[in-house]
Amino acid sequence: MTEFKKPIVGDRPAFDAEAEPFIDIQGVGKKFGVFTAIDDISLKIYKGELFSLLGGSGCGKTTLLRILAGFEKPSKGRVIIDGTDVTDMPPYERPVNMMFQSYALFPHMTVEKNVAYGLHRDGVSKVETRERVADMLALVEMSDFAKRKPNQLSGGQKQRVALARSLVKRPKVLLLDEPLGALDKRLREHTQFELMNIQDKLGITFVVVTHDQEEAMTLSSRIAVMDKGNVIQVGTPSDIYESPETKFTAEFIGSINMFDCHVKESGRDHLVAHCGALAQDFYLDRGVAVKEARQLWLAVRPEKIQISRQSTVENGVNELPAFIHDIAYMGTHTIYRIRLANGQILQATTPNLRRSSEGERNLTWEDAVFVSWEPSSMVVLMK
Amino acid sequence: MSRDAANKKLPTLSAGSIVKMAGDLSGKLIQRNWKRFVIAVPLVWLLIFFIVPFVIVLKISLAEGMIARPPFTPLFEWAEDLSFTISVTFENFRFLVTDDLYYSSYLNSLFLAGKSTIICLLIGYPMAYGIARSRSDIRGILLLMVVLPFWTSFLLRIYAWMGLLNKNGIINGALLSMGIIDEPLNMMFTEGAIYVGIVYSYLPFMILPLYATMEKLDESLNEAAADLGGKPFTVFYTVTLPLTLPGIVAGSLLVFIPATGEYVIPALLGNYDTLMIGRVLFDEFFSNRDWPVASAVAVALLAFLVVPIMMYQHFQAKDGERS
Repeated sequence: MTEFKKPIVGDRPAFDAEAEPFIDIQGVGKKFGVFTAIDDISLKIYKGELFSLLGGSGCGKTTLLRILAGFEKPSKGRVIIDGTDVTDMPPYERPVNMMFQSYALFPHMTVEKNVAYGLHRDGVSKVETRERVADMLALVEMSDFAKRKPNQLSGGQKQRVALARSLVKRPKVLLLDEPLGALDKRLREHTQFELMNIQDKLGITFVVVTHDQEEAMTLSSRIAVMDKGNVIQVGTPSDIYESPETKFTAEFIGSINMFDCHVKESGRDHLVAHCGALAQDFYLDRGVAVKEARQLWLAVRPEKIQISRQSTVENGVNELPAFIHDIAYMGTHTIYRIRLANGQILQATTPNLRRSSEGERNLTWEDAVFVSWEPSSMVVLMK
Repeated sequence: MSRDAANKKLPTLSAGSIVKMAGDLSGKLIQRNWKRFVIAVPLVWLLIFFIVPFVIVLKISLAEGMIARPPFTPLFEWAEDLSFTISVTFENFRFLVTDDLYYSSYLNSLFLAGKSTIICLLIGYPMAYGIARSRSDIRGILLLMVVLPFWTSFLLRIYAWMGLLNKNGIINGALLSMGIIDEPLNMMFTEGAIYVGIVYSYLPFMILPLYATMEKLDESLNEAAADLGGKPFTVFYTVTLPLTLPGIVAGSLLVFIPATGEYVIPALLGNYDTLMIGRVLFDEFFSNRDWPVASAVAVALLAFLVVPIMMYQHFQAKDGERS
């Protein structure tokens, strides 16, 4: 996963304990009958952030977004936006606009009228409306389509119009529900950068709902990983990827290999854990506050694993003998499925740095190899 | 590939393509004939049950009344010397214009039908909206309840209304026994009773097309409008109403057109002072036995009603273009 320039990097209010949150979600819960959509969520989102709510279907991310927009009233808790308690405020009074997953463009209005709709509601003068609509359409490069009806537009064009319509009122917060969900892969990548550009230009706080971890990783300044109506972890994309706090987060984002271990030695600057199934010690070069004999998971990401024919590490630290079980050539990289002595399958990826053809592949099926990784590459996940 | 091989391959290729072309052609022919057949069925139906009867009525409207069987002059006549005469008269239509009985009963009918349509719309619109927005498990039951009256004969239901509205009817009986009124209300044989009958009978024709358009409406459009600052009434006026317009037009025409020519309801529930074109038509046919004038009334009524039908067609075509 590549990290791009994030608007937040300059002042990083999310990491300043003194900073006032722009959106303050305080102990919000939502029940539909007996079904609990949101259990108990508290989140602080700061001005200018591009904040993602990431989770599988039914995790409550869309419900939380709809609570921010005012379409659902929370069963408990408060929502404060820019110092104002908006919990009981109807959607049409909130300083918030939303871009719908289905885009929800008015089919009986032209592109221009769609974008102007919000300004008309606010009683903005005709001259100013025309100006602001034209500016907005220029920003999303849709000026040539102003007189078209939504059904005469492609998916990507509709998406731009929907974005223009939700931005034209200069909301304090823009809510985006699966903004790239309906676009094909090429368009997604293009639009992703565009969204970040626009966010950077306007400085509006974005809250994005997505089930796509890649989308969340590239877009966001911070991500909240959600599951079963709760926030599991909040952090920057690299926090979430490199230092997941739970097994759920680790498995939800990217692939990860896990070893069932117990603590053998817990020092201030190191940790040794023993994996019974492999009869193998793993060495971690940083201290973790755990007692000895505590059961835990040690995890390592596929791209951190090195594969070699000969043993490369002295003393065999974090190195295991194994066999190549399966190979998947992906173009940019190759995915190896590696079988350990106890039958456990590890996933390892290596970048294809050099051009090679089928015949001259280094490793092949059932080759005996060694897999190893740096002591710092491992992540500790509590049971 | 050698030149020989290339030469040999040529004829087989073209033979193959000829077979393929023939196949395509016969496929197209079958397709075209099938299309014709599909169109022909309703066309024949319309011809037998609409166009032929209409031509007969039109023919009678151009004849003169006489005491005979049938009670009008023939349009074509073969005299004994084999001379052929066509006698056409527009006297009947002229008569419709001169006697203001027809003129006022046409207007009355249009007015009554128009008012009934508006009442149906005012009642039917919220009902249809309620059904379309109801939980999916009860929606079927609600729709069933809308069409349930059709299980009983239309005439019987109007008789039931007579039983309700009568001087000694159920409504008066109930109000009297509760002491709300001292003497029975006069509800039967009034214009009000006609409205009750028409609105009651035609309401499902308003609700069903409205429901059909509302059911397709995307809820997120309303949310988007509210999100952009639209208060509930503004959202209704700027989004819901324009998007349900096709349903409003369809439902209104389905109520307005039959209500204009309605005969049974005004005859059974109305008073004789309320002139309606349906009753005039009936009287001309059966009381006066003036078939030519009655036919002229019918043709003129049709001409009146063709205008809203054409409007409807135009609207539908536009709607089809849009979606």
